[in-house]
Amino acid sequence: MASASTNGFDPRKHVGVNAERMSHVSSTDFPGHYPGEDHSWNLAKFQEKLSVNIERLSNRSIDLDLVGVDASIANAFRRILIAEVPTVAIERAYVWDNTSVIVDEVLAHRIGLVPLNVDPALLDLKDPQNDQATDRNTLVFRLRAACERRKPAPKDTTDPRKLYTNSEVLSSQMEWVPQGEQATVMATNPPVPTNSNIVLAKLRPGQEIDMELHAVKSVGKDHAKFCPVATASYRLLPEIILNPQKPVPPHLAEKFQKCFSPGVIRIHPRTKEVSVDKQKARFESMSREVYRHPEFEGCVQLARVRDHFLFNIESEGFYPPERLLLEAILVMRTKTVALRRAAEALLNDTRGGTGDVEMAEG
Amino acid sequence: MAESTQKIKIMKGATPDLSAATYQIFDESHTMGNALRWMIMKNPKVEFCGYSVPHPSENLIQLRIQMYDGLSSLDALLEALSNLDDVCNSVEDKYRASLTDGRYERWEEKS
Repeated sequence: MASASTNGFDPRKHVGVNAERMSHVSSTDFPGHYPGEDHSWNLAKFQEKLSVNIERLSNRSIDLDLVGVDASIANAFRRILIAEVPTVAIERAYVWDNTSVIVDEVLAHRIGLVPLNVDPALLDLKDPQNDQATDRNTLVFRLRAACERRKPAPKDTTDPRKLYTNSEVLSSQMEWVPQGEQATVMATNPPVPTNSNIVLAKLRPGQEIDMELHAVKSVGKDHAKFCPVATASYRLLPEIILNPQKPVPPHLAEKFQKCFSPGVIRIHPRTKEVSVDKQKARFESMSREVYRHPEFEGCVQLARVRDHFLFNIESEGFYPPERLLLEAILVMRTKTVALRRAAEALLNDTRGGTGDVEMAEG
Repeated sequence: MAESTQKIKIMKGATPDLSAATYQIFDESHTMGNALRWMIMKNPKVEFCGYSVPHPSENLIQLRIQMYDGLSSLDALLEALSNLDDVCNSVEDKYRASLTDGRYERWEEKS
């Protein structure tokens, strides 16, 4: 990589993307890695380099840039978003009657996956030791539907929706039954599925469903139905480094441009000189097509910026997309506080005693 | 989790002054393991830090810390935890600032 470093590739800043392999994958910003350089933790320096920029926001998703953090921190946020931000979903289904063709357990599983419009802050986590359902930790829904023929029978149609009542049982038919103080606490925003048009089952005349559904608060690592996001992912910002020593020949400029995603490479209309559009570089697919052509060898080095994370978070369920990262940060802080408390207790044990450390069986 | 079970245990084989110790942290995963490892390694008094998830069906991580000059690894762990809290705080502040300044594209997504 000696030749590459002379033309703008910086192994500290970049992760190299080569034809067959990635290079410089691990971060090296640790004390003692570079002689005579200080890489110890410094909050002021960190805050100076840190930047968080929202790029796009919709009613369902958010794109944001998190710049200046290590992969371990960005990954912690991503993992927490998927597995540890709590939501509310149906956990227990009591089937009083089900004569539909879908068996009880399959129907119960389908219903469990329906996202609910409930603020998890309004509920407590159910204590795993004491499985008691209360109005503070459980929401109750009732699902009742029976299919009958419409009379008089409509002529000239085979459409089940016209021939029968309740031919499709929809999520909107889940009816919330307030328990205890819930009627007042949740009056302003009564619990309903976020999407009212999910088909839960199909019925034909004579078939009937009657169920009681209990929703509880839990996290995605318990079951995927509690995951608040559809996806939460990040990628590193692509960077295309052109070699000033070996410019792209003007007659090949268009071919060079076509090796990249649309808009990423600009061609000067007169000189046919190629350049990279910095704003559009984030849309580069990193296909590495340019490495397949021997005529471009040495003209360009593909890289990714090590500490520039492009997050994409898609909300599914209660949380608006802009709240998700805040919830993840809150969970992370709760975890560090819990660990701090445990470590402080350990410190008191070791200092307060005779100096003997109580050790776990290895 | 019940209060009676410890969240963190020091494993057998630690030096008496805790300058080298392996901690078992229960109900944690790569999420905290890797973040903590990174923050502990940012401490110049730390000689070595690494973590592992010994088995996927056991919900715990093991965090090994070795210190220079016989310093306590528990102090390094506590320092790293408060530094991680500062990181979260800084990211939250910057995120909220970006949310309020409103210089981002808004669009309507069909669902």
